[in-house]
Amino acid sequence: MRMKSKKLAVTTLAVASLLTAAACGGGSSNPPKSSQSNGGSPSGGPNLQGVSYDVLGQWTGGEQKAFQAVIDAFDQQTGASGNYTPAAGGDEAGVLGTKVAGGTPPDIAILSLPGAIAQYASSNKMFPASSDVQSAVSANFASEWGTLGSYKGQLYCAPVDASNKSTVWYNTKSFSNAGISSPPTTWDEWLKDGKTLSASGVQVPISVGGGDGWTLTDWFENVYLRTAGVQKYDQLTHHQIPWTDPSVATALNTLKQMWGDPQLIGSPQQAVKVSFTSSVDNVFKSNPTSAIVYEASFVATTITSDKLPAKVGVDAKVFPFPSVNGSQPVVEAAGDFACAFSKNKAAMPFLAFLASPEAAKLLVGTEGSGFLSVNKNVPSSSYNDPTSAALAKQMVQVGNNFRFDMSDQAPAEFGGTPNKGEWGDLQTFLTNGDVKAAQQQLEKDAGAANWG
Amino acid sequence: MTKDAELPPAGTSTEEAVVPVEGGTTPPVGVPPVGKRATGGRRKPLPGESRWIAGLFLLPAAVFLLGIVFYPLVYTLIRSLFNDGPSGEATGFAGFANYVHIFTQSDGLEAFKNNVLWVVIVPALVTILGLMFAVLTERVRFSSAFKIVLFMPMAISFLAAGITWSLIYVDEPSQGLGNAIVTGIHDTFSPSTSYPELHPLNTTVISGSGARGYQTVKPVSSGSPGLLPLTGLDLTAPPPNAKPAAQPTGSGLTGVVWNDFKLGGGGKSGVIDQGELGIPGIEVQAVQGGNVVATTSTAADGTFSFPSLTSGSYTLALPHSDFVAAFGGVSWLGKTLITPAIMLSYLWIYTGFAMVLLAAGMAAIPREALEAARIDGATEWQVFRRVTVPLLSPVLLVVFVTMVINVLKIFDIVFILQQPAGGNAKYANVLAVQLYTDYGNQQFGAASAVGILLVILVIPAMIFQVRNFRKESR
Repeated sequence: MRMKSKKLAVTTLAVASLLTAAACGGGSSNPPKSSQSNGGSPSGGPNLQGVSYDVLGQWTGGEQKAFQAVIDAFDQQTGASGNYTPAAGGDEAGVLGTKVAGGTPPDIAILSLPGAIAQYASSNKMFPASSDVQSAVSANFASEWGTLGSYKGQLYCAPVDASNKSTVWYNTKSFSNAGISSPPTTWDEWLKDGKTLSASGVQVPISVGGGDGWTLTDWFENVYLRTAGVQKYDQLTHHQIPWTDPSVATALNTLKQMWGDPQLIGSPQQAVKVSFTSSVDNVFKSNPTSAIVYEASFVATTITSDKLPAKVGVDAKVFPFPSVNGSQPVVEAAGDFACAFSKNKAAMPFLAFLASPEAAKLLVGTEGSGFLSVNKNVPSSSYNDPTSAALAKQMVQVGNNFRFDMSDQAPAEFGGTPNKGEWGDLQTFLTNGDVKAAQQQLEKDAGAANWG
Repeated sequence: MTKDAELPPAGTSTEEAVVPVEGGTTPPVGVPPVGKRATGGRRKPLPGESRWIAGLFLLPAAVFLLGIVFYPLVYTLIRSLFNDGPSGEATGFAGFANYVHIFTQSDGLEAFKNNVLWVVIVPALVTILGLMFAVLTERVRFSSAFKIVLFMPMAISFLAAGITWSLIYVDEPSQGLGNAIVTGIHDTFSPSTSYPELHPLNTTVISGSGARGYQTVKPVSSGSPGLLPLTGLDLTAPPPNAKPAAQPTGSGLTGVVWNDFKLGGGGKSGVIDQGELGIPGIEVQAVQGGNVVATTSTAADGTFSFPSLTSGSYTLALPHSDFVAAFGGVSWLGKTLITPAIMLSYLWIYTGFAMVLLAAGMAAIPREALEAARIDGATEWQVFRRVTVPLLSPVLLVVFVTMVINVLKIFDIVFILQQPAGGNAKYANVLAVQLYTDYGNQQFGAASAVGILLVILVIPAMIFQVRNFRKESR
């Protein structure tokens, strides 16, 4: 999911200044239990005068700024000095892998793949979370988020931010042109609205960014969650059932109702070349060729960073991924975790701080930040815009009834490599619609990967 | 004796002393023997010729070479025989599994196949094109200017060239030069105006498909006008000549083709509502018994009439030519063309390079040989075929082999041009890109195996090249 490191530049000064006040107020009225319990330093945190630590991540731009604000707040409280570096070339997994293999890991690294957490934990490259971190995580997050940061029941990493990957974005103007008054809530309504949009003259009603294979994996995962249920989802995530399972065929056939219809997604040969950013651009540019794009909450970031003429929340609105055959609401999520790779004295306190509402408020509220947090104790008012607040709220409300991005949990050679494995196989499926061949190829590629 | 002055003074190193080989190996009469022979059979080693001292001076280079070439090579070889752990560590001996993996996995196999294609096609083409340009630019005026222009792409990095070509290969004819040319040529021969975006919403009134054309389900007679509702017209930018749809008037068989959808929706399906546009200039056929009886086209408000058809019932058809999508050009970075397209950009870069080398080689061909052939009555083609090419063959071979080596390790231009190709990028995979991908996934064993395979493939060409250089320096 390399695209996630896109910058956001929301500029709502008034809100931002309000938030700063809110963040300060929140900090004092609701102190995070964890990092401050050790006591000692002037402003309540542990005294880490003179300790310096470095953090490796992949955030740049607005997100880097927001994360830096968290580091600054921590440093001010404890006297430590943190140094955040975004991985060169945005290839954090590669940079971290090389650093760890070379024996010079960063003190803290931000990981977005739960699979990586298990890898590093199993090879003892990472250090288990201290009791402070554990209590902060359990106090502020739904237990499933803690489980994602754990390996064999032991917590290693603290959740930092999250993205809601069950969001469908639409151009309100296109909808009103077609006379669609309310967004679809079921898959069939969605298909019907797509036809209506097509009749209203939208060339490609539903924009599929098939050029980036990961968007297709997210499509599949959302449909699979709804047609097969969470249990099968978990099994398929860990390759405990094969991709040739009938449930996969059901999901692919459902997808084919949409992907196989040129009136809905245009020519598949074309769709497979459209990158994620172009797929968003096509919906929200000044002469839109599409009306709907499915992806995650970070579509908002793309809209602002690509300087598209649509305003999030006004011209660009969101509806939850519709229910398929009466399925219950369920959210697909992704997120980043902070993990300690050294015994640096500041590492654990920093992780605990990251899990606190105080840090989360800074993270989501800093001007230009595109972050969402699943921290239960972050009020909606902390967000820069109501759309982000609503998407975050949706994730907090479902509690444990969400599932983490499946491909993010698979070995990278299967679930995380451009044009290879799951990405490549779904791209092929998009172009030819051959369910059986897709299943066999997926199973073959999954079988060749190292599931640990 | 003037020759004396050209010879190096006796007593310098032996290599220098035998340098003037041009013009025959036998020294001219009267020149005293030089070098080794001058001092007799045995001589004291000069300073700097001692093996120990030589070794001492070579040591830093040797250490450097061992450290940065030999050690990584051996390590890579060993690593390629081990399995990959989840975070990149070696786990257990794998034998040749990593090598087998290359040929059993679809992307590895694709990479190998493409590399073979590259080696078979590109070096030969570069050499032939280079030779062609070298010969053609030899005799023209301002030949240096031509050569400079042809050589210029060499001055651009692969990255920049790749980005330039990715712009050329953009699908949109208004953006990509490649498709601008292709569609320009195509449209000169078959200009088209049609409505590919139109389709019926209600298939009980009109059936068919864009590829076959549409027709009314029920036959229409002259008394009752035929209604042909279609949808899909871009209502935010409708055709400028389209007028609101009207009820058909006139004599004979009449009807209307209109866009059964108005901005904001809400119209009744199959009924001409206020605000719905007629579709102008679309061809309508009246069909009876499978035969097209009459053809007409619609007015700006979508109405049409066949005044001559006053009786009988007809099926109204919209032929498929009404719905043909405008020719959008070629999918340069699509499944089939992506590798040839990348090869073309590579040719653009390297043809100039081959040309310059070959032109230099041709300049060294003795004029007399060519003159002699011409005097003997050889045609220019025969001169080229029987004299130029054989005399040039060492240079041709050097160019060819250099290209083989270059092409085997091809990475950058493929990688750059894969970026805009989206899902089709996998069809351009080559071994070096595969290595990079595996490395990125921390499958260091698999990556090492690809690296070693590349080394093995390049070795024959290397041996040949080294031998060739040795022959030349002798």
